[in-house]
Parts: sequence; structure tokens; C-alpha cells
Amino acid sequence: MSIWTKGIAAGRLDAPDYDRNFADLHPPLDPHEAMVAADRCYFCHDAPCVAACPTAIDVPLFIRQIATGTPAAAARTIFEQNILGGMCARVCPTETLCEEACVREAAEGRPVRIGALQRHATDRGMAGPHPFGRAAPTGKRIAVLGAGPAGLACAHRLAMKGHDVVIHEVRPKPGGLNEYGIAAYKTPDGFARAEVDWLLSIGGIEVATGNAPDLAALRAEFDAVFLGTGLGDVNGLDLDGIGAAGVEDAVAFIARLRQSAPKDIAVGRDVVVVGGGMTAVDAAVQAKLLGALNVTLAYRGPREAMKASRYEQDLAASRGVNILTDAAPVAVEGDPLTSVTFALPSGDRVTVPADQMLLAIGQTLATGDLPETAGGRIVVTETGRTSLPKTWAGGDCTNRGENLTVTAVAQGRDAAEDIHAMLTEGADG
Amino acid sequence: MADLTTDFVGIRSPNPFWLASAPPTDKEYNVRRAFQAGWGGVVWKTLGLDPHIVNVNGPRYGVVHGADRQVLGLNNIELITDRPLEVNLREIKQVVRDWPDRAMVVSLMVPCEEAPWREILPLVEATGAHGVELNFGCPHGMSERGMGSAVGQVPEYIEMVTRWVKAATRMPVIVKLTPNITDIRKPALAAMRGGADAVSLINTVNSITSVDLDLFAPEPTIDGKGAHGGYCGPAVKPIALNMVAEIARDPELKGLPISGIGGIATWRDAAEFMALGAGSVQVCTAAMTYGFKVVEEMISGLSLYLDDKGMSLADLTGRAVPNVTDWQYLNLNYVTKARIDQDLCIKCGRCYAACEDTSHQAIAMKPGRVFEVIDAECVACNLCVDVCPVEECITMERLAPGTVDPRTGLTVSDRPADWTTHPNNPNAQAAE
Ligand SMILES: Cc1cc2nc3c(=O)[nH]c(=O)nc-3n(C[C@H](O)[C@H](O)[C@H](O)COP(=O)(O)OP(=O)(O)OC[C@H]3O[C@@H](n4cnc5c(N)ncnc54)[C@H](O)[C@@H]3O)c2cc1C
Ligand SMILES: Cc1cc2nc3c(=O)[nH]c(=O)nc-3n(C[C@H](O)[C@H](O)[C@H](O)COP(=O)(O)O)c2cc1C
Ligand code: SF4
Repeated sequence: MSIWTKGIAAGRLDAPDYDRNFADLHPPLDPHEAMVAADRCYFCHDAPCVAACPTAIDVPLFIRQIATGTPAAAARTIFEQNILGGMCARVCPTETLCEEACVREAAEGRPVRIGALQRHATDRGMAGPHPFGRAAPTGKRIAVLGAGPAGLACAHRLAMKGHDVVIHEVRPKPGGLNEYGIAAYKTPDGFARAEVDWLLSIGGIEVATGNAPDLAALRAEFDAVFLGTGLGDVNGLDLDGIGAAGVEDAVAFIARLRQSAPKDIAVGRDVVVVGGGMTAVDAAVQAKLLGALNVTLAYRGPREAMKASRYEQDLAASRGVNILTDAAPVAVEGDPLTSVTFALPSGDRVTVPADQMLLAIGQTLATGDLPETAGGRIVVTETGRTSLPKTWAGGDCTNRGENLTVTAVAQGRDAAEDIHAMLTEGADG
Repeated sequence: MADLTTDFVGIRSPNPFWLASAPPTDKEYNVRRAFQAGWGGVVWKTLGLDPHIVNVNGPRYGVVHGADRQVLGLNNIELITDRPLEVNLREIKQVVRDWPDRAMVVSLMVPCEEAPWREILPLVEATGAHGVELNFGCPHGMSERGMGSAVGQVPEYIEMVTRWVKAATRMPVIVKLTPNITDIRKPALAAMRGGADAVSLINTVNSITSVDLDLFAPEPTIDGKGAHGGYCGPAVKPIALNMVAEIARDPELKGLPISGIGGIATWRDAAEFMALGAGSVQVCTAAMTYGFKVVEEMISGLSLYLDDKGMSLADLTGRAVPNVTDWQYLNLNYVTKARIDQDLCIKCGRCYAACEDTSHQAIAMKPGRVFEVIDAECVACNLCVDVCPVEECITMERLAPGTVDPRTGLTVSDRPADWTTHPNNPNAQAAE
């Protein structure tokens, strides 16, 4: 088995290549590097990076705490705003968030390495005891649906406030897309799972996996319900032959990769990924890292319209992914798949050989028993209230979701604060 | 290339950069390599009488680091040479013979009695050295034995010892001063009265650089204890510059040659000392941090600067002295306002935090993080300029005479006026 083998096959690379390919994308800063990186922070007044962080982490403060040799204090500053600050340090597209806002980005095109510093602090903070305790028991019980970033952040904040929480998660493991979606090289070494365990160590949170109870029943049983169910379905392509063997949804491909050793994951020799967002880039890059010979990422619009940031696009290009823009798939040939044909704006058609095609053209809300939706998302207020009493929602499943881990965390946290306010003030839910 | 040849109280050197008396000049091996690297001269590590002293066998330095472990300040508890006198003298003689164009000054410290000085000086003279420097500055260890700064802190002793030395040698005598006193002019004057040819300053500043928060002891820690040391390096430069200037501008001390020392790490530092009156400069910490090679940058930088300015070394020496004055003579009619260049501004808001929280609430923060100076509040302190991370982004602009300062409502006068004539000064003299 090698990179030349035709068809979809596992084990295209040697063991050391897999290890290298799926190692940490950004190795952690050592203590000295962290000191030097921290020293570049200007400690801005009313800092723009804080405003740019969806969870509003006090970035200048935590960086100063690193600079003064107290990473544990820095970690606490981060976790107070964002209990998944460890994951966010790894997966946030900082180039479009805090680091884009950094004044040193404006000044010299080289921002303070906020993400790397956040990881430095959180790695140290998480090595110690859980930083938060629980308030006196309130006797209130809240159900959280979905153990993704939104659900976990909500549950943790509620537990801190003294409430008891039951998280229902349909998948076998908690973590949501942290566990099943994020690119493997952003969160290697079982970090997603370890982070969930660390988060849950606050106590007061029961996790029931393999479980998707009915919303009405939960609303009847619990004092409040939070929906953090993410986007359970994916968009499909309506093309003849799309059912051919070798065509797969990219999210499912990635989930499989995240749950296995890379050497066991079968990948095509000639892979076509359709889409222009983070999922498309992740699928394409990981296909390449698994040993695919040719990986083409095809996006139907122009380069500027791609949702994946410039940084992500460059990452893909640097790993050898061929990015085609203004190329819309119009035909799928063969079963098993042999090629994919694209229409170009000129009207010309090009056929690209392919034995595997991964679709990454957007996720959608799974249908079911839900509060009011609009545009395929649950409608929520700023604090996550839905159209139903006693029912909040946050993260990707809502109309305020941004398909970002950090936004899901912020919304879960804010909903928890609102639930707490509501339950303790006895106001009407 | 500007001519950097220096004649300091008759001691000639190809450039004004000397290594100060310290580990870099402790032995022949070092000094030869220093001369090869281009140093203009050395002040040999301080000699004493035999039996030679001993040093601690634990660590002898403390340090203040910047974030990237840049050495900002160094502190030491090292004593004078811990090698036999005869060995040092023999080595000095060899080096003088092999490097005749370089300055060789020998630093000395012996007990505060005339006999030991009369004993050691002829021995030094016999080496062919070009001058001696009296170490009245070392603040630790030796001072406990009645030498070093114990002498340097008593002007009468300085004068007495200097006189003994002048009587016992024909070599030029430089008196090295300790900064651990309240008025540097007093010891300088004592040295002058004793007949010193020059003073050199500063020696190290009494210091504890840090405390080990696990051992609860000062660093460097030796078996659980620490002693104060002498502070040097870039951190002490401002202290040293001021002391040099105090001597240079004192009417009684006028003309007393100065060898400037303290935190010199670049040609620019050296040029500043010279502008304040130093005729030569001495370097220790920079060499200990980066090695002898740093002198190359000092030589090239100073020559380039002099060439650019069309000045000779002599033109530079003392050139800033007339502009060092007392606060009371500063022109109170020189009115400036801070100006923020919006194109250069990176919107960090540090000027705002500084002015709003600790100064005069003279910067407005407008929507879009636009920072603007409120002239009616700005007192022109220039704190905003100092904390701004962008060079030249905030500048202080002078209000032209005839305009009204919106803060005071007064028209800016074109006539200088200082505190001595100010109406609020109870001792004001009527303006003439
Ligand atoms: C491939 C991929 C890569 C990504 N990479 C990044 C990245 O690098 N950086 C970044 O910031 N964001 C990234 N994202 C987006 C990010 O993962 C999501 O925005 C984030 O996970 C949303 O969190 P959530 O809690 O709303 O939903 P999810 O993480 O989707 O979690 C929802 C959870 O609810 C469970 N669930 C669903 N329905 C039910 C039910 N009825 N009952 C019980 N449980 C249910 C699901 O199984 C899941 O565990 C990526 C997304 C994908 C798909
Ligand atoms: C601009 C300025 C003005 C000061 N004025 C005074 C003063 O009037 N009286 C005083 O006792 N100390 C004064 N200080 C000294 C400070 O109180 C403090 O002792 C010194 O700055 C050292 O502390 P720090 O550098 O750690 O802030 C002043 C300091 C600064 C910077
Ligand atoms: S010069 Fe001083 S008072 Fe004026 S704006 Fe700057 S900080 Fe404020």
C-alpha cells in the first residue's frame, strides 16, 4: 500500500509519517518563548482583542499574569470567561478574532501570539486542580441537550452556581465537534476528552450518553432546559450518481478519522473535496495528511467568498491541497467513483479524476421537536431564550451561532447566567 | 573615519573605550584578547597587597533580566583580585611591552595608611603602566575592612590618600568614586584637593537585585544567605550620567577630567557620557554580557556619529554641559502640547490610560478608538509620549508665542521667564 495505490485504501504511509502529519499543528510555547511572546503585549486600554473575543477573555491581564510568572492565575482569568479556553486556544481562528484586532497586527502585521499564550496558560492551569468550586446547592435541576461546547459551557456555569445538571448526549462520547469534528492535528493526544473530564470535575453534572430524550418530557421534568444540539444534518448535492461508492459527507469522514488511528482510515488516491469553509479545508488537509496523492478542494465561488480564512487556505496550500475556485460540480461519474466534472464561469467543463469525493457544503439543523426556528436555526434572544418557556438554546443550532467553538461557549455561558438569574429571582420563565 | 585617538590626562589610547577594572581585566589572557578586539585601554582589575584576598566559592552575581533575558542590571559580590600581587605585576609588564599604544591603568586598593601605598606604587610604576586608579568605590566586602567605599564615603580620607599617592608616584592618578553617597561633588572635590589628575565614576551601587521567594534570602544566595552587592549595567546609566554632569558643571570642579563609567553598552551611551564631560569611558557589564567584540560597534558608531556631525572627539566632550541647568532656570514660557499623529496611531490606548488615570485627563477617547489631545487640559508632561509604543506617533509641539494656551487662558510670551522671577516665588527677584 502506498500513495500510488488506486482506490480508497488505508495505510498509504509509514508509521512515522502518520505521527508527523498528525502531530500538534502549533507546538506549545516553552516557558521562555512564552515570556518573550508575552512581553510583546502592550496592555492596551479597553483592549480591542478583548472586544474581538466572543467570550471576552481579559487578554492583556492574562498575558501580564504569564509575564509575571503566574500562568495558573492567567489560566483562571481565561477560564472565568471561557471554561473551554484550552480548546479555544487550539481551534479558534485567532487570525480573524483576537489576533486580527491586536494593535500590533495593525502596526507591524505581527500580532501578539494570543492563542499560543492562551494555550500556554491553560495547559498549566489544567495540570492543577479544577479552579472553581460550586455555590451552595439551589435544589434546581436543569437539563442540557447536547454535550458540545455550548452544552458543556452552560452546564459548567450552572454547576458553579449551585444547580444540578443532567447532560443528554446522543453520541457515545461527550464533546460535540470537539470530539468528532475539529481537525485531528489541532487537538491531538486525546485533549478533547481530557478537557471534558477536567470540566466535569467541578461536580454536579451528570452526563447521559447515547441518549436523545424528548424536549417536552425534559421541560416537564426539569426547572429549565438548554438546547446545545448543534447541526445534526448536512446539505447534500443533488446530482446524478451522487450515491456512488466513494462519495461521502466530509463531517462523517472527519468524525471517523477523529475516532480512529490515522493508519486505519481509508482515503482515496485522488480526492475531491467540495466546499469552501473550515470543514472543507479540514477534510482536504487531512485527506492529504493521510496519504492521498492528489487532493482538490473545489469551491463554486471566487476565492474571496470562501468562508475559510486566508490562514486556513494557506495552510491547505502549504500541505499540497490544490484549491480550485469558481468550479461548481455538475456531474459525478462512475460507481465506484472515477471522476467529478465541474462547470467553470466560462461555460467550459473540466473533469477531475477522483476515487473519493467529500462533501462539505454546510450543516443544517436536524429536524424534530424544536422551539421556533428561522432560516433553519432556533431563534434566540441575546441571552439564549427561545420561543418556549423554560427553554434556552445556544451554539450552532441557533440563529446567533457562528460555527465557531468560542461562540458556542459564550452562548452556553450566557444562557446559564440567564437561567440562573431567572431561577433565583423567581422571575417568570 | 573620525579620529578617536584619546589623550586622557596624558594617558594615550587609540580610542576612548577602556575596559573598567573588573573580571574582563583580571589577567593577561583577557587583556591581550581585549586589545586584539580593539579596546583602547584597560584599567587592570584592582590589586591589593599580599596575602591576596579570597572570593566566595558560591555564586557572585545577581541579575535583573528583561523578558528575553536581556541583562538590564547586574550585581556582584566579587572582591578585588584574588591572585598574588607578583603574578599580576608580571603580567601587566608583559602586556604593556607588547601593546605600547594601548592605555594601561592599574587599579589599586590597599589599607588606609601611607606605608602600603608607598610600598605598592613603585612596583606598579616598574611595570611601565601609564597610570593608576584608586578604587574608593567597591561597596561590599572591602568596605567592611576599611577600604573601598569606606574611604570613598569620607571626603577627608579621599583627600589624604590621594595626597599620599601623588607624593609617591609620577604616574597620573585617577580617583574612582562611589555613587553610594548623597552629593558626588564632595568626594570629587576632595580628590581634586588631594591632587588627583582625574576622577572616574561611577563604581557600583549598593543593591540587592532580588529575593529568592522559596529560600527567603537575597540572591545570589550562598548557603541560605546573601549579602548586598554592587549594581551595574544598563540600569545604572541614568544615575551615572547625572553624577558625571554634577561634577562637570560644578564651578569649583571645573576642568577636572572625568572618565565616565556606568551602564555603557553602546556607542550612543558612550557619546552621552562624553557630551556630559567624560574624556574617556569605561565598560564592564556590556563586555561581560556580550564579550569583547562589542567594542567594534562602539568604535564604528562613534566615528560615524562624529563624521555625520562634522565634529571631533574634543568637540563632543562636554558639549552638553552648558545645557545642564537647575530646575529654577527652565523657561516657564516654553509651552508645548501633545499631538497624536492619527496615521501612525495603532489605537492601543496607552496614552489614554496613562493620562486619564494618572495625569491630567487630557486625552479624549472617541468612537472608533480615536485618541485626541484636549489642549485645554494638557499640561505638556509628555507621559503619553513616553508610554506610546510607536516612535514619533505622539510629539510635543510648541505653542507659538502670541497664541493663547487654552489651559491657562494666557497668551504665550516670546520672552523667557523662569521660576526665579515668577510671582508665586516668595524669593523672586524683579525681572530686569
Ligand atoms: C469539521 C469541522 C471543523 C471545525 N473546526 C473548527 C475550528 O477549527 N475552530 C472553530 O472555532 N470551530 C470549528 N468548527 C465549528 C465548531 O466545531 C462548532 O461551531 C461548535 O462545535 C459548535 O458547538 P455546539 O455545542 O453548538 O455544537 P456541537 O459541537 O455540534 O455539539 C452538539 C452536540 O449535541 C449532540 N446532539 C445533537 N442532537 C442531540 C439530541 N437530540 N439529543 C442529545 N444530543 C444531541 C451532538 O451529538 C453533539 O455532541 C468546526 C466544525 C466542523 C464541522
Ligand atoms: C512623576 C513622579 C513624581 C513623584 N513625586 C513624588 C513626590 O512628590 N513625593 C514622593 O515622596 N515621591 C514621589 N515620587 C516617587 C514615588 O512615590 C515612588 O517612590 C517612586 O516612583 C518609586 O516607585 P515605583 O517606581 O515603583 O513606582 C514620584 C514619582 C514619580 C514618577
Ligand atoms: S502631555 Fe501629559 S497631560 Fe498632555 S496629553 Fe500627554 S499625558 Fe496628558
